Amino acid sequence: MASKLLHRVRAVSARLKYSRTLSPTLAAFASSRLLSDVAPSASTSPAPQSSGSSDKFEHNAKSSSVRSSLKDPELAKFSAIADTWWDSGGPFKPLHLMNPTRLAFIRSTLCRHFGKDPSSARPFEGMKIVDVGCGGGILSEPLARMGASVTGVDAVDKNIKIARIHADLDPVTSTIEYCCTTAEKLVEEQRKFDAVISLEVIEHVADPAEFCQSLSALTIPEGALVISTINRSMRAYATAIVAAEYLLHWVKEMAGFVYNPLTGRWSLSDDVSVNFIAFGTKNSQ
Amino acid sequence: MNRFIRKSFAVNLGGIRVRSRCLCGAAAAGPSGSIRQSNHGQEQQCSGTSIAQYDIAIVGGGMVGMSLACSLASMPLTKHLNVAIIDSNPALVNGIRINKQDPPDPRVSTITPATTSMFRDIGAWQYLQPYRHAYFDQMQVWDYTGLGYTRYHARDVDKDSLGCVVENKVLQSSLLLCIQNADFQKRIFPSRLVSMSLNPGLKSKQMDGISSEISRADLAKLHLSDGTCLYAKLVVGADGSKSQVRELAGFKTTGWNYSQNAVICTVEHASENQCAWQRFLPAGPIALLPMGDNFSNIVWTMNPKEALDRKSMTEIDFVKTVNHALDHGFGPHPTSSLLGKGNIFSWFGAGVPTSGNGGFEIPPKVVKLASERMVFPLSLRHANDYVSKHVALIGDAAHTVHPLAGQGVNLGFGDAFALSRVIGEAIAVGMDIGEASLLKKYEAERKPANIAMMAILDGFQKAYSVDFGPLNILRAAGFHAANYISPLKRSIISYASGEQRLPLFT
Repeated sequence: MASKLLHRVRAVSARLKYSRTLSPTLAAFASSRLLSDVAPSASTSPAPQSSGSSDKFEHNAKSSSVRSSLKDPELAKFSAIADTWWDSGGPFKPLHLMNPTRLAFIRSTLCRHFGKDPSSARPFEGMKIVDVGCGGGILSEPLARMGASVTGVDAVDKNIKIARIHADLDPVTSTIEYCCTTAEKLVEEQRKFDAVISLEVIEHVADPAEFCQSLSALTIPEGALVISTINRSMRAYATAIVAAEYLLHWVKEMAGFVYNPLTGRWSLSDDVSVNFIAFGTKNSQ
Repeated sequence: MNRFIRKSFAVNLGGIRVRSRCLCGAAAAGPSGSIRQSNHGQEQQCSGTSIAQYDIAIVGGGMVGMSLACSLASMPLTKHLNVAIIDSNPALVNGIRINKQDPPDPRVSTITPATTSMFRDIGAWQYLQPYRHAYFDQMQVWDYTGLGYTRYHARDVDKDSLGCVVENKVLQSSLLLCIQNADFQKRIFPSRLVSMSLNPGLKSKQMDGISSEISRADLAKLHLSDGTCLYAKLVVGADGSKSQVRELAGFKTTGWNYSQNAVICTVEHASENQCAWQRFLPAGPIALLPMGDNFSNIVWTMNPKEALDRKSMTEIDFVKTVNHALDHGFGPHPTSSLLGKGNIFSWFGAGVPTSGNGGFEIPPKVVKLASERMVFPLSLRHANDYVSKHVALIGDAAHTVHPLAGQGVNLGFGDAFALSRVIGEAIAVGMDIGEASLLKKYEAERKPANIAMMAILDGFQKAYSVDFGPLNILRAAGFHAANYISPLKRSIISYASGEQRLPLFT
């Protein structure tokens, strides 16, 4: 049962990264509507978007230019998708269940590394964090609530739209900057962040080592990098092994994610054989 | 064994947690049905230009609602929250004046040791100490058949006391002082909740352009009786057994009325009473709880007609009937053992000293009545769910129990402290506090514990409402078991003191 559920989670995260849509009707909608749609191919590399317009597009997320490109009927449709995505009892339930556990790990490692007070309600105040592969913003929003200045990027435009709509509901999270772009593009723009977080992405990347290099380039010296992945199929396992070899020299702390089917809860453990999350820092060079 | 546990659960830790909801104006005697609006109905107009927004709106500023506020104020993760307290009781704004020379109020609560330590943790206990309150370390429970009794002592569980009896107004005032002196953003709305709109979902959100007056689709909107409106991420229903929040949020309840009323009053003795007494009579239990200064509180459960008689008879006659009920009335005193000298239960507790060897004592005589007599109907009610998106119920709003073991308000305090802890955990991981999945954690923690307690109390209520020979003997055996089997006695005390959450041998 655990593996079946993990299968669903993997399917969920796969869906998040690619424009494999939630339903056939939406598929039709998506392929005709979206400006920058990543072709749902077997290729696992996060292909760059038709960059220029979409980047600028998303940087002005909060201004009326976004609103003008999305007319009310479109908005209504996206709102419906966002509702489903964000429904913690809905099709993305496993992701929502996993989230508090991931956040607990991130909070404790980052607080320790940056010397922040863990009992503060907003310990990440003043920190810049990027969430690579943010999906609908399930990680970005809590990070923003914890005080961070968050940038969320995802290769799938639909995810970014969902994330934007949901984040705008609350003034605290509406400050999140969402961009439909890739880690490599951010590196080209010479963006730097105190912490770079990429959860459930690396298993979908064609060249994990290169991906890790991009993530590392986004991190300031002595900054933090957090990666998690599902370790379920042999392929994913192999991918992770490759990435891990590259990562190993900087991984400081690793924790396993374990799912208990009886309680329906995820928890952290030392067992990294199924799914794990890793934290490391970049040396100043 | 279960039956023994239930039976021996004739531990009355005290009185009643009566009508604290009298301070919850929100649930006061209902005006016409037109006040109750559906969530989808026409929204009332809101007075004022902009609508204030709060993190948490606590509807009901009674003991349980205020304990939630104090608990939030005391934890670093939650002390920055912006809280609204909605209660039309003017005492919340003007303060509660207590004169130490005042005769004791008949409305008291018995606080378990677990609740006392939670009060200490949130810093409210210090405000209570200057006023009248009484710890007791002994308890005696018996019935009218004279077949058995149980005597509990705090030293059976290596503790100093079994509980503390405090007037409700003292509890109220301490919590109010605690929150006023805390560095905490709160605002008291001296008004009643009239209607509530909960988040209908993103789909129906009206996007009217770039304006900042977009109605907040992710918050609950509350309308008060004086026309004010406010938004809140989480609405906590702490408004008593006739909870308005529970009604507006559409929670169903299960329950029944007991065909019993409780007569409450304060009486005076010639000397200090330091033990809690409870005797089960044919119509219901009578409890005598020490309050300090030679006063005790009486909680006497009986059928409604008798209750009316007892309330209206003269004071002298009433004192006579009370003494009669506590002493020789309705049946003989129990002897020390059911089966003669060689008590078969004594080998269970061999080698372990217990208070089972203390003999039966007669309660102290009541000398005079010291307060008015009040009568309240008793019922059991339980909300089928405690939470839904943006809403959580605590205290009597979620569950109402029989006062026979003095557990009611302690369950409510347990709810408040559990909810504040869950809110703290949510903030630690940056989650939205109105999120249903998170509130379900609170429900999963409290519901089983509350239901278990309610079932036990209800079981007792039913077990003692029948006068039937074999049943009487079984109950007596229960008394003896509780008295002489030390592990059982310790378990009972531990559960009733709030140290243990569930009634099994865990």
